[in-house]
Amino acid sequence: MLDVAIIGCGITGAAAAYELSKYELKIAVFERENDVAEGTTKANSAILHAGYDPKPGTLMAKTNVEGVRLAGEICRELDVPYKKTGALVVAFSDEDLPTLQKLYDRGLQNGVPGLELLSAEQTHGLEPGLSARVAGALYAPTAAVVNPWEYALAMAETAVRNGVGMLFSCGVTGINRIKGGFELITPMGRFQTKTVVNAAGLFADEVHEMACEKEFTITPNKGEYYILDKEEGSRVSRVIFQCPTEKGKGVLVSPTVHGVLIVGPDAQKTDSKDDLSSTAGGLAYVAEKALLSVPGLDFSKSIRNFSGLRSAPDTGDFIIAESKTAAGFINLAGIKSPGLSAAPAIAKMAAKLLKEAGLAFVPKKNFINKRSVVRIAGLSPKEINKLVKANPAYGRVVCRCETVTEGEILDALRGPIPPRTLDAVKRRCGAGLGRCQGGFCGPRVLDILSRELELPPEEVFLDRDGSYIVLGDNRPERRPGDA
Amino acid sequence: MHDLIVIGAGPAGLAAALAAREAGLEKILIVERDAEPGGILNQCIHNGFGIEYFKEELTGPEYAERFISDLSKTDIELMTDTMALRVTGNTVHALSAKGGYRVLPAKSVILAMGCRERARGSVALPGDRPSGILTAGTAQRYVNIEGLAVGKRVVVLGSGDIGLIMARRMTLEGAKVLACVELMPYSGGLNRNIVQCLNDYDIPLYLSHTVTGIRGKKRLTGVTVSRVDDCFHPVPGTEIDFFCDTLLLSVGLIPENELTRAAGIKMDPRTRGAVVYENNETSLPGVFACGNVLHVHDIADLVTVESQRAGRAAARYVLHGKTPDSSVVSVQYGEGLVYALPQKIRIKIADDVTTVYFRVNRIFCSGTVHVYGLCGEIASFKRTHMAPGEMQRIKLSRELLQKSGGEITVSAKEADA
Amino acid sequence: MKELTCTLCPRGCRLYVDENNGFAVTGNACPRGAEYGRTECENPVRTVTSTVRVLSKTHPRCPVKTDRPIPRAQVTDAVAALRNITLCPPVRLRQIVLENVCGTGANFIATRSL
Repeated sequence: MLDVAIIGCGITGAAAAYELSKYELKIAVFERENDVAEGTTKANSAILHAGYDPKPGTLMAKTNVEGVRLAGEICRELDVPYKKTGALVVAFSDEDLPTLQKLYDRGLQNGVPGLELLSAEQTHGLEPGLSARVAGALYAPTAAVVNPWEYALAMAETAVRNGVGMLFSCGVTGINRIKGGFELITPMGRFQTKTVVNAAGLFADEVHEMACEKEFTITPNKGEYYILDKEEGSRVSRVIFQCPTEKGKGVLVSPTVHGVLIVGPDAQKTDSKDDLSSTAGGLAYVAEKALLSVPGLDFSKSIRNFSGLRSAPDTGDFIIAESKTAAGFINLAGIKSPGLSAAPAIAKMAAKLLKEAGLAFVPKKNFINKRSVVRIAGLSPKEINKLVKANPAYGRVVCRCETVTEGEILDALRGPIPPRTLDAVKRRCGAGLGRCQGGFCGPRVLDILSRELELPPEEVFLDRDGSYIVLGDNRPERRPGDA
Repeated sequence: MHDLIVIGAGPAGLAAALAAREAGLEKILIVERDAEPGGILNQCIHNGFGIEYFKEELTGPEYAERFISDLSKTDIELMTDTMALRVTGNTVHALSAKGGYRVLPAKSVILAMGCRERARGSVALPGDRPSGILTAGTAQRYVNIEGLAVGKRVVVLGSGDIGLIMARRMTLEGAKVLACVELMPYSGGLNRNIVQCLNDYDIPLYLSHTVTGIRGKKRLTGVTVSRVDDCFHPVPGTEIDFFCDTLLLSVGLIPENELTRAAGIKMDPRTRGAVVYENNETSLPGVFACGNVLHVHDIADLVTVESQRAGRAAARYVLHGKTPDSSVVSVQYGEGLVYALPQKIRIKIADDVTTVYFRVNRIFCSGTVHVYGLCGEIASFKRTHMAPGEMQRIKLSRELLQKSGGEITVSAKEADA
Repeated sequence: MKELTCTLCPRGCRLYVDENNGFAVTGNACPRGAEYGRTECENPVRTVTSTVRVLSKTHPRCPVKTDRPIPRAQVTDAVAALRNITLCPPVRLRQIVLENVCGTGANFIATRSL
């Protein structure tokens, strides 16, 4: 019997797995997709928010500030790309200034360090690319940008290194209450566990209702984004937010750890937890609004669009609590923004709740709290030569846009959570992230995966199970005209 | 130290290196990222190459083979499986499994890195993001080099030559190509390809249309195509749904100038390549550019001629020293043109006749190309048919350029205008 | 009367071919165009290019072409005839890969060496 079954391996599940793996507990993570971070975690603004936005006293506020405080050290120890850029919330007129003041006050209440209110002059001094209309800004120096999927992966990999089991393509389809805990029904069989940590993102309400009476509803909310080429990457050096109005939160323009610019999101009501389509209307709205902050943005330099679905809870705050009708069933639900920022703090709260539910927490003696990844692109010639001498594969460039070598892809394949798809390689190594979006490296990565995983090429998928890229060898029995 | 390092062993790099050798340059190295030379020609298995240069009709591999064979008879060094990571005025930084990270000094450098394809994100196609959406060139690589089929029911977006060629290729490999969709009111490809790739196989061409919807949770299951108005906005009510598993994108090529930009070389936003002088020299003395990295070509034969010029220029630079000062005629693109190249002509150094290459921004049925100096028109050329998909050339003599007053503007007008 | 566009040069003359009058061509700006119009209507031919399988890890496919144009109507069958061919390296440039394709008298030849 497991001590803890974590359902979902997005940022929340990964952080929970990492935190709990510090203790002598039998833990397994059940993820319905074929990789870590396949939900909202790979499709968001990639920002660790300073924490002036959530209402004081809420779980969002508490975990945001605490989570961002913990993130710096985690990213350092686990080699997660992280950059403390700072953020500006810009006002477009004097009417906006009282709102900035409100955010400033709220930030102080929430314990956010370093906040400052800047004049128009000071703001333009920091960011010359901003619109001339900008009348001032709230400056939050502790805001940071991170690689969100690598953040989740790093914590998940570390959890695996410390004994956590991970099951992919293993969605939970039913939960029975049994003596001493729960029984999870999955495509890979039935698993017994003393406790459950529900980190199922968009499906957290459905998972909760498999075992308990309804307590909350999760509504998806879609946000669309542009990724602009590295050539646009230095338009701004800080995360640029727009001052919220009654109309909404506005659209952000932000540098990223990859050097590209992320622009978005809008906020669309949607019924579907599965609809990640980009829309002409959504993208047009994002572009129009973003140009208000940074009028020089060149959208012809777009290299990619994507959409993310946020899990909006009907309670208005994070749900970090034991279920009212099932002891030992811990919900980490409604983790929309600032979920990425809050993750490590949410995980610590989950641990506390499990302790209170009766689990024994004995710290592991030899907890492995270090992870390091070879990234050729950032190394000096001397360091590269040392690596190539030991392993020539580090000299074979596969992704020319991002300078990713075969050696790095092989490293990932020998890692604790090896990639099985092109996008899984992209998330671990960066191959395919660049401006040609995998046009050059795609066939090469497919060939490496096919060879190393001993899969026929038609079974190497782009991302989700079933997203085949090729049909296989041209077969002699197929005739032209067969469709 | 090498006299010359050429980056890329495609048609441009091969021709440039051979021409430099022939002009007397000795220590020449070509750096090539692929396992063998030939560049994009290796996957262009179709006909149509060499008509102008060899007076024969060859396939891509055959065209490449001519130069590769010539190369093997020289002492030009070829480093394959080697990726150039950085270029300065006198070094090339390269990475390979065999040699590690090397900083290779050179007296001159020729940039011949070719171009890449625009992907889905650069045209912001709305819809789901399933597998089955490939650029035409990537599909060409899978089919022709790896021997892997990429789909059964295909829609092609873009009627440039690559899209047309792949429409035929996929059909011959047993796929059903349902449509070729083109945003503009005319096709960007050669007439010959419309006939032999679309008409021969009854593949409908939808002009003034674009893809407005993409469906599929895992693999593509269908696309929606709509007509567009004069401002390229989709017209509601004109939607056509296609059930397909493959969408091939042929939506434009972009010169691959990452190395060029990082070297601080001056760029032309119209060509998306380097600004060059009449001998293909860039703003960095001793660094030259030719082929698709300079401006996207339609015909390999013209790449060869341009690259030979660059090769000869590199040889002259190394053997006879830095180019002497000269007054510069700047070349501007005028009405009817997208760009004109070279952007600067040094009269004293130029050949007796300088070829100016340009592209028009619309179809001209019977046009005239006008060349204006600062004081008025100095030349005009009749051209029966000009299209954006066909690179144009005019030849300007030194005497003519001397009349320009320091600046010429090339423009195109319909004959009766 | 058949209408078609000549593909021999970028001018793209619109040709009119009278199949009831010995395939007489009008609309052409040059004699090559007349010949093209006649042949295209009377007996259209194409050079066919494709690839064949090769027993090689580094080069799984070899590009081939017909050494002369074949009737357009036989192109599909000609490509189908390549399906069962597997070459063993080394392959010589212009080596005959399939002789007398579909009885046309043309051969498929390799367009590169391997």
